[in-house]
Parts: sequence; structure tokens; C-alpha cells
Amino acid sequence: MPKRLPKVDVVLVGVGWTGGILASELTKAGLTVVGLERGKERKTEDYFMVHDELRYALRYELMQDLSRETVTFRSNEKVRALPMRSYGSFLLGDGLGGAGVHWNGQTYRFLPYDFQIRTQTIERYGANKIPAEMTIQDWGITYDELEPYFDKFEKMAGISGEENPLGGKRSDKYPTPPMKKSPTVNMFIEAAKKLNLHPYMVPSANLSENYTNPDGVARAACQYCGYCERFGCEYGAKADPVVTVIPVAKKTGKFEIRSHSNVRRILHTGNRATGVLYVDVTTGEEIEQPADIVVLTSFVFNNVRLLLMSNLGRPYNAANNTGVIGKNYAYQVFKGQSVGFFNDSEFNTFAGAGSLGACLDDFNGDNFDHSDLNFIHGANIAYTQTGKRPIQNNLVPKGTPGWGKEFKAASIKYYNSTISVAAQGACMPFRHHYLDLDPTYRDAYGDPLIRITFDFEEQDRQLTQYLASRCEDIVKEMKPSLVETAKELGPYDITPYQSTHNTGGVIMGADPATSAVNSYLQMWDVENLFVVGASAFAHNSGYNPTGTVGALAYRAAEGILKYRKSGGGILV
Amino acid sequence: MANQEENKDSSTISRRKFLANSGYAIGGLVVGGVLGSLLGREPKQQTPAPNQSAPQQTPDFNQALMFFTQEQFKVVDAATERIFPKDDNGPGARDLGVAFFIDHQLAGEYGFNARDYMQPPFFPGEKVQGYQGRLRRREIYEIGLREMQNYSMSKYKKNFYDLAPEEQDAVLTAFEKDEIKLTTTSASGFFKMLVTNTLEGVYADPLYGGNKNMSGWNLKKYPGNQMSYANIIEKEGLPQIKPASLRDHLSH
Ligand SMILES: Cc1cc2nc3c(=O)[nH]c(=O)nc-3n(C[C@H](O)[C@H](O)[C@H](O)COP(=O)(O)OP(=O)(O)OC[C@H]3O[C@@H](n4cnc5c(N)ncnc54)[C@H](O)[C@@H]3O)c2cc1C
Ligand code: SF4
Repeated sequence: MPKRLPKVDVVLVGVGWTGGILASELTKAGLTVVGLERGKERKTEDYFMVHDELRYALRYELMQDLSRETVTFRSNEKVRALPMRSYGSFLLGDGLGGAGVHWNGQTYRFLPYDFQIRTQTIERYGANKIPAEMTIQDWGITYDELEPYFDKFEKMAGISGEENPLGGKRSDKYPTPPMKKSPTVNMFIEAAKKLNLHPYMVPSANLSENYTNPDGVARAACQYCGYCERFGCEYGAKADPVVTVIPVAKKTGKFEIRSHSNVRRILHTGNRATGVLYVDVTTGEEIEQPADIVVLTSFVFNNVRLLLMSNLGRPYNAANNTGVIGKNYAYQVFKGQSVGFFNDSEFNTFAGAGSLGACLDDFNGDNFDHSDLNFIHGANIAYTQTGKRPIQNNLVPKGTPGWGKEFKAASIKYYNSTISVAAQGACMPFRHHYLDLDPTYRDAYGDPLIRITFDFEEQDRQLTQYLASRCEDIVKEMKPSLVETAKELGPYDITPYQSTHNTGGVIMGADPATSAVNSYLQMWDVENLFVVGASAFAHNSGYNPTGTVGALAYRAAEGILKYRKSGGGILV
Repeated sequence: MANQEENKDSSTISRRKFLANSGYAIGGLVVGGVLGSLLGREPKQQTPAPNQSAPQQTPDFNQALMFFTQEQFKVVDAATERIFPKDDNGPGARDLGVAFFIDHQLAGEYGFNARDYMQPPFFPGEKVQGYQGRLRRREIYEIGLREMQNYSMSKYKKNFYDLAPEEQDAVLTAFEKDEIKLTTTSASGFFKMLVTNTLEGVYADPLYGGNKNMSGWNLKKYPGNQMSYANIIEKEGLPQIKPASLRDHLSH
């Protein structure tokens, strides 16, 4: 029999970005909250030896230990899913702060189009524009309704930026001004302007100046150290949960973090969650934590996996298109890009920050006419200067051998002399892209791994072709000695890193028949269970996800407080 | 500008001074910041410069083997030197200690695939599903290196490391193109790993045994790791900054 602990108001499964936000908002309102985090505690002092490309970027020091838990993957239902044995396509967070510790901090708002994608696409192009297998749907919330929560997230994190000329309406400007502009960032901006495009600085969670947020948390400015993505920030300049929301929750005295606590099941009687069952990873002991409200904040994969393993919600069945849990898994179409090689210029690109860069949305969402195009949506096109580190950056012109004398000479020659402009393509859901439990492979506790069934579609190939050409236009305008453009998407391959922008599986919507959670991320079928994260995205936009994830987390927190006050019931 | 001076040789600047000089100390309620602990740290003293008049070579105690046999080491040393040869740009893999780097990596967690999912069942997969073998990296190296020797012996009647450079390239190319069939693993997969590990050994922090004296970084004019680039981020061209390594970040 597992040990049973006293009941608390709220239990959070996972303490990364979403868990941290929930902890802060709920404890400030007086609730007692326990955060169960499977990994260890983290603090800024851990990162004094962090400028180590091998350890952090290539041996994945901060990420989930795959020997204990991974995912399985197959391109379609006809092939056997096999485990992702080593890292590649995406990197999973682990420990206090989750992936929020080692993110870049590029913090966008999805477009108004995203939230009403089905309605607006049909309005403008007719229903035939949407292929039969493409399962896009409105999100059950509009941009305008979500706007105040975007604002809240940005002020908490201190996002540095300037208004996106083609974005949704803002109630206020960014709390801090944009980052400093490096020479290559200026080159991108000038090239884009010459093409009559609308460049703006990437909204950044690396602070452009010292900032004190509405909770009284003071943080220092970014040092452009060049070790940001995949690393923790030794200055606390990068907004991460450990230096923003978690200390606020702790200060209330109402938040208890239990690290090394791996949650295995959501406990429930009928359609009411009663708590969770977890394992103390250090002793192997099984423990029950009862709670009035359970919140899943364990990232897309475990949000879905825990629901399926706990028999909560209606599992998605692609064969007859019923159920919702696991439905609309999507990713990011991130291959289209163009590179300029400069024979006669050298740049300071070894320096940089995770969110230093400029971008544009002329070809994102429905900001351009798709009448004559065989795809919908688009991509944010960006040039970012995140700090070129020497092991991973060995770009050479096509035709150069991959090793030996010529390779060495070319990789050194161009190390400080290339500029890459990339399109971060949106990813539409399809009927046969989904998450379910793997029938064969298990984690360290004997529980089934999550299984991904996913591939790129014609929509994604067309999008990549078109967007890569737009990247190429911009690079050519910078007048490099040589331009190379990647236009062919190919199949989805789990081995090269693309992005950790996995989405869907517990999607939001206005209709309980086609969505798992409502616009407060409350489960339709289990009213005291909230599932927070990019798992709620009904499709993925042409942006990094966390700005929108953060906004949804603030809304979920408000929903939980409302639910608590009203004494129960479905909120919408 | 004082700050620029600092950037030239950040190894001598303490974190305390750096933060003070850059106006880092900010007022207000510091809940999430870490300034207190940053300011409290004392940097490592610069190691005294070796006596100028009588330069003394201290032996590099790190240059010994944890995993390879001496013969395996010689094969790796020769092969990585072909992958990343000494040339007009500067040192190659051998002078940078790359084979020692690979040896040390294989001896530990990385060689055992300690943080990879290595549970059965094992099935051959599609290329897009990634590596699905049961062999661990150190075992792949053992098999690959043995075959490099066998192939060299059968084709040239010599050890790989005794071959002429062009012959060594021919052997490596045969691996790269899968012209050699290994029963338990793929020749090109092994070769790819060898190339990846070579680049890691050239450019990883010298702490790991390669990139000797930061000479790998010098090839790319890479400054290693510095406290801050806030002062150069807006500058045109490529700033010249003396590299610093993790050793310079150590406090005592
Ligand atoms: C390298 C990298 C770069 C990125 N860059 C950007 C960027 O520039 N912009 C952007 O918008 N997004 C970026 N992201 C994505 C961003 O990090 C995520 O969107 C964000 O962290 C998601 O928050 P979350 O709370 O859903 O998950 P996480 O922050 O990952 O937190 C989930 C937590 O749950 C814990 N957990 C999981 N399962 C269990 C369990 N069973 N029991 C207990 N605990 C559990 C995990 O250990 C983890 O700590 C990046 C991600 C990576 C990896
Ligand atoms: S680039 Fe800036 S925000 Fe990122 S880790 Fe370095 S100092 Fe921190």
C-alpha cells in the first residue's frame, strides 16, 4: 500500500514554465500547492561552469535522462514504432524549471488567425482549401480574449521587444526595449526593408536592461554570452521559472516543491480526480498525494501519457476518428532556410543571445494571399544571432568534402562569415498524426512509453518550398559571395535537431466532442483536472510556442481560482 | 575604454569586479536574481606564469589511456589526423590531443550510452527512426578499429597507422561509403561517429583532453568562454579576444 499524505488544495505534476506560473498565481491567491517534480532542484549558481558546449549542448546535461524514459516514433501506422534511443529532433526538460531553464527565450504571441483558423480559412478561401485529412479547428478562444494573459506573461518575464507591425493588437508595449542590434542583425533588417517587408526585433526573454517585474523580482541585463539555448543563464538574465515565478510562490510559504518525485498516475473516483500517485525516485517508495484540484504541467508528452495511463478522458482513435486524448499532435516545419557565405567579411557571430535577432511575419499566418498556393498558414522568418559555438557550427559550401584538408580549411574560413535566415513553419494537424501508448516499450517504472505517429505532409513540403524562397530573397539582398537554400523538406526524421516545439494531444476548443479541454484548460470530462501546456494547441503556429503557452497558463490559473470560488462545475 | 580592456583578458578579472564595473548591482527586492551569490564568489588566482628565463615543460598527466589499447590509440590518432590534418591554418587532431579526448569520452558515460535508452527489444528500423542497435559506442569503436586494421592488413599488408596518408584516406573512404561490410554495425555509422568525435576533440573545452592550449579555438578565432560580450555585440568586424577556458572560471 502506498503511503498516503494529507490532502492539499492543488497538486502540480511537473514544475517547469507552466507549473511555475500556476504555483505563483495560486499561492498568491492563498491556496496551498504541492509541486511534484521528477528531476532535481536547480539554481543559478549551478551555471558558473556552464559555458561548456560539449557537456550542455552535446551531452545534454540538463535534459531528461533517456535511459529512464523516452518516446517511440513511427512515420505511419504501417511501420513498427521504435524508441528514440538518443537525442535528436527535440530535447526534453527535466528538473526544476523544466525546459524553461535551457530555452532561448524567443517569446511570440500567436496570431489572431491561429485561434480561429478554421473559420477564417473557410471565410477567405472556401471549405475546399482544407484537405480532407487536415483536422484544423478553432481554439474556443480568440486572440482578443487571450490578450490580457499575453500581457501578464510578458510583464512577469520582462520581455524585451518592439511592436510587431503585422501582429495582433497590443494593450501595452513590451516592458523592456528590444535587444542591442549586432551588425548582422542590422544587415537582415536593411535587406528586409529594401524588399518592402516588415522586420522587427525578436521579442526576447533575455533582458535588454535591468528589470523589476510586478511581483518585485529584480533581474539583471543579458550579457550576450553566446551560451543560451541548451544552457542555464549564470546571470539570471534569461527569464526562466527558477528566477521568476518559483521564488514568488516560495515566498508565500504556501508552495512546497518536492523534487525527485515522478508521478505515475492520476487518482480518481469516477470523473473526479482525487490526487496523484508518485514514486520517490531516491527511495523507490510509492506515495499518494491527495488534492482538491490536479493540474498536469508535465509537458506535452507526459500530459497525454498520464491521462491515457490513468484512463481519464476519451482516447483518440484515428481509425474511426473518435475520442480526443492524443489527437492533433503537431510539430514545427523548420527546414526551409537560406545561407549566405561572405568571402570578404567577418562578423562577431560567436557572441549572441538566445533571442537576439530580427524577424518578420509578412509570410506568416494568413498575412499573405494563399489563393494560388497549395498550403495554408506560413512561417515567421528570422535571422537570429544566438552565439556560434565551434563544435556545432561547421557550415561549408555544397560540394566541400565532409572531412579532411578541404573541409578543415573551408569550415575555418567560413566560421565567422555566414548568415542563415530560416523559416519557422507552422504545422497543421492531420487525422493520422497522434499520440498514444506504445504497446511494447516501457520506462524505468514499467509504464508504457508515449508513441508518436507523425510525418510531414504535402502541405508542409509546399510551405517549405515557398518560405525557403522568401528567405533566399532576403539573403540575396545582403549580397553575399554565395547563397545556398534548403527547399526540400524530406520525410520527418527524428535524428537531427529541429525544435522542441511539440504540440497537441489534449487540445482546447469550444465543443466537448472535438476537444479535451475548454478555454481555461479545464478537462470537459473531469472538472477538477486542468491540463496546461502546448498540449492544448489545436495546431502549431509559425512561431516558438512559449509566449502562447505562458498566456494559457495564466488563464488556467484564473480558471482554477474561479472554479474554487464557484464550488465546482464546468467554467464555460 | 576600460571595459574593452577587460574583454581582452577576462581571465584576470574577478566576477566580483566584473559585476561591479558593469553596473550590475541593481537595487530593489532581489527575489529571483542571484547577485548576492555572484558577488560573494572569489575567482581563482591566475596561475603564476612559468619562469620566463627557464621555461619548464610540465608533463601533461592527462595524456594517458583510460580505454583504448595502445594499438587502438595509434589507429585513432592516425585516423583523426587525416580527418582534421595539420595544415597552414594550424595544428591538426594529433597536436590537439584529439585521440586522448576520444579515449577519455569512451571510458565514461558517453562510451556506455549511459543516458540513452538501451532497453530491448531491438529491431532494425527505418533511417528516420535513428540508431536501433544494441551495441554501445565503445563496442562500436572496438569493432570499427579492428576492421580498420584488418582491412589495412589485407589490402596493404601494413598497420593502418603505418600507411601513407593517401592510403589512409582510401581506407577511411571505404568506411565512409560502406564499401566495407561489418557484421554487427555499419561502417559508415562508425565513420560518422569518428568524424563527430574528432570535431568535438578539436573544439571542446581543453578540460576534456583535446583542443590543447585552446589551439583549436584559435583556428576559428573563437574566444572560448567569456563573462560578457555586451561591449562588442554592436561592433563591426571580428573582435580579437584572447581565449579563456573553463579553468579561468574556477574559484577557490
Ligand atoms: C533547447 C530548447 C530551446 C527552446 N527555445 C524556445 C524559445 O526560444 N522560445 C519558445 O517559445 N520556446 C522554446 N523552447 C520550448 C520551451 O522550453 C517550452 O515550451 C516550455 O518550457 C514548456 O513549458 P512546460 O511547463 O510545458 O514544460 P517544461 O518547462 O519542460 O516543464 C515540464 C516539467 O515537468 C516535469 N515532469 C514531466 N513528467 C513528469 C512526471 N511524470 N512527474 C513529475 N514531473 C514530471 C519535467 O521534469 C519538467 O521539469 C525551447 C525548448 C528547448 C528544449
Ligand atoms: S545570452 Fe544572455 S540570457 Fe542567454 S545565457 Fe547568456 S547572459 Fe543569459
